Amino acid sequence: MTWVTWRQHRLALAGVIALLSVAAAYLLITGLQMHQAYGAVSACRPAGSGICQQAASNFLGTYAPGVGVTLGVLQVIPALIGAFVGAPLLAREFETGTFRFTWTQGFGRVRWAVAKLAPLAVAVAVAGGAFTLLVSWYLQPVFGAGDDDGPLYPTRFDFLGVALAAWILAAFAIGVLAGVLVRRVIPAMFATLAAWAGLAFVTGIFLRQHYEAPLVTSSPNIPASAWVISQGWFRGGNAASLEMIDHTLRPVDVQAVTPDLFQPGPATPANFGDPVRYLIQHGYTQLTIYQPASRFWPFQWIEGGWLLALSLLLIAATVWLVRRRATQ
Amino acid sequence: MNVIEAIGLGKRYGSTWALRGCALAIPAGHVAALVGPNGAGKTTLLNLAVGLTAPTEGMVTVFDGWPAGSPAALDGIAFVAQDAPLYRNLSVADMLHLTRNLNRRFDQGYAEARLGQLGIPMGRRAGNLSGGQQAQLALTLALARRPRLLVLDEPMAMLDPLARHDFMAAVMAAVADGGVSVVLSSHVLAELERVADYLVLITSGSVQVAGEVDDLLACHRVLTGPAAEAGSYAQRLDVVNARRGGAQVHLLVRTNGRSGSAPPGWEEHPVSLEELALAYLREPGAAALPGPSRARAVEPAEVTNWQR
Repeated sequence: MTWVTWRQHRLALAGVIALLSVAAAYLLITGLQMHQAYGAVSACRPAGSGICQQAASNFLGTYAPGVGVTLGVLQVIPALIGAFVGAPLLAREFETGTFRFTWTQGFGRVRWAVAKLAPLAVAVAVAGGAFTLLVSWYLQPVFGAGDDDGPLYPTRFDFLGVALAAWILAAFAIGVLAGVLVRRVIPAMFATLAAWAGLAFVTGIFLRQHYEAPLVTSSPNIPASAWVISQGWFRGGNAASLEMIDHTLRPVDVQAVTPDLFQPGPATPANFGDPVRYLIQHGYTQLTIYQPASRFWPFQWIEGGWLLALSLLLIAATVWLVRRRATQ
Repeated sequence: MNVIEAIGLGKRYGSTWALRGCALAIPAGHVAALVGPNGAGKTTLLNLAVGLTAPTEGMVTVFDGWPAGSPAALDGIAFVAQDAPLYRNLSVADMLHLTRNLNRRFDQGYAEARLGQLGIPMGRRAGNLSGGQQAQLALTLALARRPRLLVLDEPMAMLDPLARHDFMAAVMAAVADGGVSVVLSSHVLAELERVADYLVLITSGSVQVAGEVDDLLACHRVLTGPAAEAGSYAQRLDVVNARRGGAQVHLLVRTNGRSGSAPPGWEEHPVSLEELALAYLREPGAAALPGPSRARAVEPAEVTNWQR
């Protein structure tokens, strides 16, 4: 049965390897460049001085946007794996009618399904795990230079630690279940992409921040690499509107474009300094809700854990449906 | 031993009953032909027997009591579905390898020898074979499993006459070699006549005729005589179907073994399997089942008014 699984899915597995190889090559090339540039930044002495901070800031200014875009594009990888490896697995059997051949062989349909799903699930998860190592290396310089978007930040968190392997496994599990429910390859692939995207979006935007109760601080100094979930101005116990802030800043001719973006005007005093400190002196409090970077690994285990449980559940449901599925 | 036994078998798809109240006992060691019009339920019955589908009511067992779809059933039954499904991207050699890995028994030597005889190249992709070659490959894979029962669903639908002949020759050779019972469905009667020794006729989801071909043929006769007299004899004879041709009428009667019962002026002929099947297909209310059953009594008026 190992030969059967390999022979029938070697193309899909080759596709996964190719996809990850192309991405890996890109990460390698740009990553080496970044590491080299960062070498100069990290060797800067005295560490923490204005000049070195400026060097780090320049480094981030040059490379951080590219890193952001790259990781944004790479987000599709788990979805593609789920759609191209998972969805056709069972859907193709129904679409071409080969299940009438395969499920009447002596091996039996349940054993056959398990003997296919298990090794492929492990294979894609392991591939994801290996790729994570490369992403960790790739992001080192950016984290080292103190990027605001730390390891907990949405497009980075799910490619680090155990999250990538777990998301790829979940995509695969969604794919095989979609395949047995929809029974046509292309629709199953679309269903997989849609379901995975929905789950990833909901998790990144709404769910992940609640794994542990977020911390709230009124200090303007946020710990480095913390994941800022929201930030807001308050005065006298009530939320302060943008108009109020703008009104307070009018005497120094600073315009509040957004609650954290301030535009000094021609009448602003030369040594005015930070508008944030000015507001705090005038009775405002800035509350920041955030998750500290130290919670990275606990969050990884939580997310990896529930994704693993979900994957096992979906695969079990798939096997159950294979067993029960009355066929035309 | 009965290779396939069905009791009160029914299968419903949505609100339509594809099969209902089906009772069947196909004995081992026969080549059983499952005949019926399109949509009668032949494929449904075969799918139920090989375990691809579960019944809505009743049950079907194989090899004297094993549930359809159980491991013992899967092991002993080789099924070739309609259009001989194969993995189109696999080569012929890979299909052999695959089938070998999915079954306890597989006679690789037999399969290779047979494919060599048929001139089917081992390296070619299954999808690039002709329809006849695909059917032969599917049959080879099934026979190489050394099954106790070979089930074929309309195996010859896509084949040209020569390919059909070769296919049936291969099936009969396997039967002759010993040990294999065959159940095949078709709506092409003429070919089955040569090979089948058990007939099951299915119409509108229920079994209309079931029995050994020899017995069925022995129990039926065609009586040919003047149409005007048909009505008077209809009451006395067990008429299945009446066919009018000009001034004559042909009555297919069930004689229950009595011969020489033709009235004076009438001729009696033996019936061919094809005629028998056609007659019953035209009379959905008639039945010839093992055990007590009656053909529908034909009213005299119907006989004389029958249009050919």
